[in-house]
Amino acid sequence: MGAYIIRRLIAMAGMLVTLSVIVFLLFSVLPADPARLVCGKSCTPSIIKAINHKFGYDQPLAVQYKEFVQGIFVGRTYGEGKAAFDCHVPCLGYSFLRNEDVTTLIKDTLPITAQLALGGFVLWILVGVSIGIVAALKRGKWQDRTIMGAALVGYSFPSFFIALLLIFFVQIKFAVLGFHSYTSFFDSPAEWFKALVLPWIAVAMLYAAFYSRLTRNQMLETLGEDYIRTARAKGLRERTVIGKHGLRAGLTPIVTAAGLDLAGLLGGALIIEQVFALPGLGRLSVDSVTTSDLPVITGTVMVAAFFIILANLVVDLLYAVIDPRVRLA
Amino acid sequence: MSDPFLQVKDLRVQFPTEDGVVSAVDGVDFAVAKNKVLAIVGESGSGKSVTSQAIMGLINRKTAKVTGEIRLDGEELLTARPEQVRSLRGKRMAMIFQDPLSSLHPFYSIGKQLVEAVNVHQDVSRSAAMQQARDMLDRVGIPNPDRRLKDYPHNLSGGMRQRVMIAMALLNNPELLIADEPTTALDVTVQAQIINLLRDLQREFGTAIILITHDLGVVADMADDVVVMYGGRVVERGSIDDIYYRPEMPYTWGLLGSVPRMDAGRNERLQPIPGQPPSLIRLPKGCVFRPRCAYHELVPGNRCDTERPDLLPVTPEHAVRCHLDPAQRREIAAERLGVATADPAMEDK
Amino acid sequence: MTAVDESNTSVVARRADALLRVEQVQKYFPITGGGLLKRKVGDVKAVESISFDVVPGETLGVVGESGCGKSTAGRTVMKLLDPTGGKIEFEGRDITHLSRKEMVPLRREMQMIFQDPYSSLNPRHTVGSIISAPFKVQGVKPTRGVQAEVQDLMARVGLNPEHYNRYPNEFSGGQRQRIGIARAIALRPKLIVCDEPVSALDVSIQAQVVNLLEDLQDEFRLAYIFIAHDLSVVRHISDRIAVMYLGRIMELAESERIYKAPLHPYTHALTSAVPLPDPRAERSRERILLHGDLPSPINPPSGCVFRTRCPKAQDRCAQEIPVLRELAPGHYGACHFPEERHLI
Repeated sequence: MGAYIIRRLIAMAGMLVTLSVIVFLLFSVLPADPARLVCGKSCTPSIIKAINHKFGYDQPLAVQYKEFVQGIFVGRTYGEGKAAFDCHVPCLGYSFLRNEDVTTLIKDTLPITAQLALGGFVLWILVGVSIGIVAALKRGKWQDRTIMGAALVGYSFPSFFIALLLIFFVQIKFAVLGFHSYTSFFDSPAEWFKALVLPWIAVAMLYAAFYSRLTRNQMLETLGEDYIRTARAKGLRERTVIGKHGLRAGLTPIVTAAGLDLAGLLGGALIIEQVFALPGLGRLSVDSVTTSDLPVITGTVMVAAFFIILANLVVDLLYAVIDPRVRLA
Repeated sequence: MSDPFLQVKDLRVQFPTEDGVVSAVDGVDFAVAKNKVLAIVGESGSGKSVTSQAIMGLINRKTAKVTGEIRLDGEELLTARPEQVRSLRGKRMAMIFQDPLSSLHPFYSIGKQLVEAVNVHQDVSRSAAMQQARDMLDRVGIPNPDRRLKDYPHNLSGGMRQRVMIAMALLNNPELLIADEPTTALDVTVQAQIINLLRDLQREFGTAIILITHDLGVVADMADDVVVMYGGRVVERGSIDDIYYRPEMPYTWGLLGSVPRMDAGRNERLQPIPGQPPSLIRLPKGCVFRPRCAYHELVPGNRCDTERPDLLPVTPEHAVRCHLDPAQRREIAAERLGVATADPAMEDK
Repeated sequence: MTAVDESNTSVVARRADALLRVEQVQKYFPITGGGLLKRKVGDVKAVESISFDVVPGETLGVVGESGCGKSTAGRTVMKLLDPTGGKIEFEGRDITHLSRKEMVPLRREMQMIFQDPYSSLNPRHTVGSIISAPFKVQGVKPTRGVQAEVQDLMARVGLNPEHYNRYPNEFSGGQRQRIGIARAIALRPKLIVCDEPVSALDVSIQAQVVNLLEDLQDEFRLAYIFIAHDLSVVRHISDRIAVMYLGRIMELAESERIYKAPLHPYTHALTSAVPLPDPRAERSRERILLHGDLPSPINPPSGCVFRTRCPKAQDRCAQEIPVLRELAPGHYGACHFPEERHLI
């Protein structure tokens, strides 16, 4: 097990390196010229040259990449002499547009995304899995048909549409909840909750639709298994047959899906953050793409990739814990 | 048969489907006494497995219509409350299945699964239940029972898993054991071990056993009485010797002629039954075996096409569902089965 | 390797007209361990050493319990798997090291039928295209056209030729096995390896398929290697039988002798374990019960692999591997203490 984890971690590092190289190469062929963007209207070739020099863009690509990697592990210094400033470990780069280092930008935005993702996650697992189980147990009955019909609707709506509907009905039409901008939990728990509750519901509705279908199908498959028949033949009560033997096996595959979906969300809930004006990682990504802020894009891509790859490992380890047949070697 | 422990009368199981009603079991009667082995023989779609699940109350009554009578030690099960039937399951009647790997829960240890079976029916402590589980594993011939309790099903061999299934079924000393193809998934040498074990256990506990199988060798080895099923019906019923040495139903002849015999001359050609087993949705109007029967022309007036034959007694124990004239049947049987029936086996009467 | 020291002795006598000849064939599957580098830590010795031959028109049965390596053996001699060691000759030509490409023309001569008629047929292809696939692969153009030829084949194996355009799921298990057989005989091969061809079928259907295989053999002088776990079926169809245990052949003899005069204790136990469909015979029958389970093919017992379960095992059996040798005319056994009364 230990060796397995180490091997997986090494593979993970390899993947991240490969990914960073690809991102670097991609950006080098993009027509965007960061120096010109920073420079603004009153630009002269000499200023551009100076900027390029300051941020190392006049260096060959290999050197730039080396400095990027160095920044992550030992930190780096931008500029020379008086204008020089340090970017501390782990330095993911520096945004000239925002005049901020990328690490700080991510540190500021990631917690908001994480709160959105985790809250939504809890909600969608609770709702999706439980209505999925109900649908499976009432297979073919009106409950099943209603749940699956609703799931299909929820599933086919684009997420921004759900978000807009929520805003329209909850905040505008019935004015149950006013507009609340994000506030830290420690400053005001009530405000924090009010700002996040609709985004949570929006995220959860989309995923719950998917998870209810997944749960229903997994449960139906499990309930048809021979060992369920054995459990009944033993004389176990139906509650135990379904609640113990059925759920344990039926919900296992959901762990995989849930882990990966959560990780995907941690990389930024692009649309939901945009619609609800939450200053999270997703919005940072979108903004940096629209402004061609290359260092920020690189940083957010790396963070998102890190979560996905890590989630893969965690899910595999969890699986080995749940299913005794899985041997990790 | 004195005072049967289990009595099944006119059992019918119907599943409504989009294509029509499937009569998986259609008017089945039989009885099993304590200390006896009744074999139910048939091919796929014969209704043998559905019959056994109906006895155990394992058929979902919301999706299937089950009618008739099933009496376990005099107690009617089909009209009993589900909770009552549940309390008998695993206690007075138990079941083992064909594939022990898929029939054991992959995520729970053997010990957990056995203890659970004890605790549903007995109000004993976990450690007492564990002790019972251990002793039963020992009893069914599993080496190192203490270690096995901690193992998971996938850690065991096929034969060991089937022993675990048997142990689980016997934990609460059931009076009726239904074994659904208990050795089909096993190798022959392991099959021999399992048959031996079942026989020993029966001697020890006096259990009534229903053995469901398609393997005529296993039946010959274990059964006292045999029910031959085809298309959801009992087509012949009798003592083991009736079925093997005095069979009167063309389907039984066909089955016996289809199995290669280790002890017969190798050049003897097999005599298969032509055609395919029937679809239970569109059963023929007359005799269900009519489309595959070589002898229907011997019956005057197309009765095989128009009239369902009844299960009629030949002797008090032996009954056959066939329109052929009994004398004619005996003649054909003697000719088809050759040596086995040429000497009409009078030794047991 | 232990196999080397016995290589000079354990060889089945050469028959001049042998179609397929297998000598000391081995098939190992590597297993990699944990550890950081996933080093190879051992082998599953699925087939340790098998030698036999098949002549035209003959059926060689291969029996053994699950895990004995019989299916791997079948696939290896068909060169669907690459042998780890040994030699395979087809019509006198060494094919052991032929590449996949070089094997293509030989596939006209040797074909295979599989156990599961459900998974070995592509559900999205019509029966016609399944059966005609060999013609396409080999670039053979029947004079009367592919369809006429395929419909003849269908009629020959007992399928309705009008069902040419149907899909496999419209057929029953027995009929699907007939489709597999039609595909196998399409190019008139000389040898067909049948891997558990009837074990998934109902008894009455099983007999139909066995009879069909026998008829086709007579008609086309086919040689079969018939691999199955059901001893009664194997004995019925085979001229000779090889009994396998843990990757080795324990006994090889005419099928009549395997049942009536087995030399190897394993064969004896195996045949005595098969219940006869004859209650009276069963009541008086003595059965040799084997105890315990099959040992692991990763770490097989020293000496004779069967010794851990053998009622006759002695010290010598743990030290010396018994080689497969001719103990009676045409009767081979791998045992230090063969049944004496059958040694004629």
